[in-house]
Amino acid sequence: MHDMKAPGTAIAELNGNASTGTRARFPVDFLFRKLTGAVALLVALTLLAIMFALVDEGSHALHVFGWHFLVTTTWNPVTGQFGALVFIVGTLISSAIAMLIAIPVSFGIALFISELAPRWLRGPVSTAIELLAAVPSIIYGMWGLLVFAPWFGNIEPWINDHIGAIPGIGLLFQGPPMGIGMLTAGIVLAIMVIPFIASIMRDVFMITPAPLKESAYALGATTWEVARHVILPYTRTAVTGGIFLGLGRALGETMAVTFIIGNANNLSASLLMPGSSIASVIANEFTEATTHLYKSSLLALGLILFLITFVVLVFAKLLLLRLERDAGGKA
Amino acid sequence: MTPNTSPQHIWKPTPPAGDNEAFTAPHTSATVAPPVKISVRNLNFHYGRFHALKDISIDIPEKRVTAFIGPSGCGKSTLLRTFNRMFEIYPEQRADGQILVDGANILDSREDIARIRARIGMVFQKPTPFPMSIYENIAFGIRLYERLQKSEMDARVEQCLARAALWDEVKDKLHQSGTSLSGGQQQRLCIARAVAIKPEVILLDEPCSALDPISTARVEELLKELVREYTVVIVTHNMQQAARASDFTAFMYLGELVEFGNTPTIFTRPSRQQTEDYITGRFG
Repeated sequence: MHDMKAPGTAIAELNGNASTGTRARFPVDFLFRKLTGAVALLVALTLLAIMFALVDEGSHALHVFGWHFLVTTTWNPVTGQFGALVFIVGTLISSAIAMLIAIPVSFGIALFISELAPRWLRGPVSTAIELLAAVPSIIYGMWGLLVFAPWFGNIEPWINDHIGAIPGIGLLFQGPPMGIGMLTAGIVLAIMVIPFIASIMRDVFMITPAPLKESAYALGATTWEVARHVILPYTRTAVTGGIFLGLGRALGETMAVTFIIGNANNLSASLLMPGSSIASVIANEFTEATTHLYKSSLLALGLILFLITFVVLVFAKLLLLRLERDAGGKA
Repeated sequence: MTPNTSPQHIWKPTPPAGDNEAFTAPHTSATVAPPVKISVRNLNFHYGRFHALKDISIDIPEKRVTAFIGPSGCGKSTLLRTFNRMFEIYPEQRADGQILVDGANILDSREDIARIRARIGMVFQKPTPFPMSIYENIAFGIRLYERLQKSEMDARVEQCLARAALWDEVKDKLHQSGTSLSGGQQQRLCIARAVAIKPEVILLDEPCSALDPISTARVEELLKELVREYTVVIVTHNMQQAARASDFTAFMYLGELVEFGNTPTIFTRPSRQQTEDYITGRFG
């Protein structure tokens, strides 16, 4: 009986200690919980504050021009006429070009690292990709303007002659071979977002279970078929997340784009022509915004960029929900 | 576990204790040795510097169930994975020697890997349904090799699921995700998927280790059906499973093939001491 009693007492003591311990820790725990909650709340408040500031400051321009602000191409500080269309289009097109290039390239990089590369090559290639993400955007801007654009200007006549000659699509590739322009900005943006998309894709491709891949290989599928039909569907949530992270960065990228997009305030069908994005025009003209309306118009542009990014995120969420539903998750 | 009732099976390994004669009699006296499907000659296998298979030579008989048993790390899964050259997707793994399937060496690099894998299907330890619907799980493999009309594909999918004894359970939810099935159903889906591309050999790498006893029993029954048309090779940790479900058993230890023979003999009168120690549970 004595032996039976001893452990029981010990447990009772343990419990007692544990509960007093909890009570002793309670204020700390309480504070900790409140503190983390406050920090999290701060993020939401900052977001709302930025939103409020943009609406407040931009409302003057929106009040003066109404919804015409969104569809007018005129941007004339001298006459006080402001319209955002050139910049909205510039932002969307340069980002679209970037994604068009970055998504397949990132997919290839990630697939190479996760499936095809010999083990000794994986580390160096992965590190190189990550270092690419660490390069400041001003460096990309300088490289784009001083190195890439002159080089690209040399091959633009070739693009003019060959792709520009194709009826329809050729319209996009006509214009003077200046090097800088919408296409250049898109390509440099692609290089800037590739590290983000590629490293997320690589990470999730690597955690795709080996037996799942082997099952597809065991059916005689090629690496491409395994990637297309097994790895990509298995990782679609994270891959979509990575793509939209890259898109978010491309939409808001300022410095590099300002260097190479050409900063022309007019709309052109050709991708070789200079253009402007929302971020680049704000960066270029903020110091010159002398009138209230001018400054307000720039802030309204900021609000539009903010909303575009927001819509992109919402769209991404909806897309993911649909993908999950289509995959039969409803079972 | 209900013993097999179909008369065309040679082996009925219901293990009554002590009655040893009943096990060996049918094969040695009444039937001719079956033809050889896979003939392994002097196979050596390396994981980097580790020598995992040492000079293996074995003849896998056609349209029989052959089981590989042995303690963990003995090389039984490694041996299985050489039969469809699965090891090749890992650059540091290497096999030397010959694996003759119907007399042709599949380790010869001139052989088209997709064609080899189409002939030699594989089912894995954990069920691995693809991230797509039940229907698509089956159709995926078929589409790699054949262009079928919708109606032909429907019929083929139904036939494969029926053969894996899964049709009745899934016919109303073909377009739900394969991952929505239970573990046992998923494994039968994987077997149906392997059968769908009309292989000659089916390799199973511990197919029941993640399954409950009832699902295990269903898979074992399925093996007895499949072996009428296919050569089946199964790796198993479970000696009772090898005794129940296989016609021939190979015992492997430390990368070597210790003993190979018909299952009743291996389990009742092994010729090697190591085999006897393992099957009687003295080690492993």
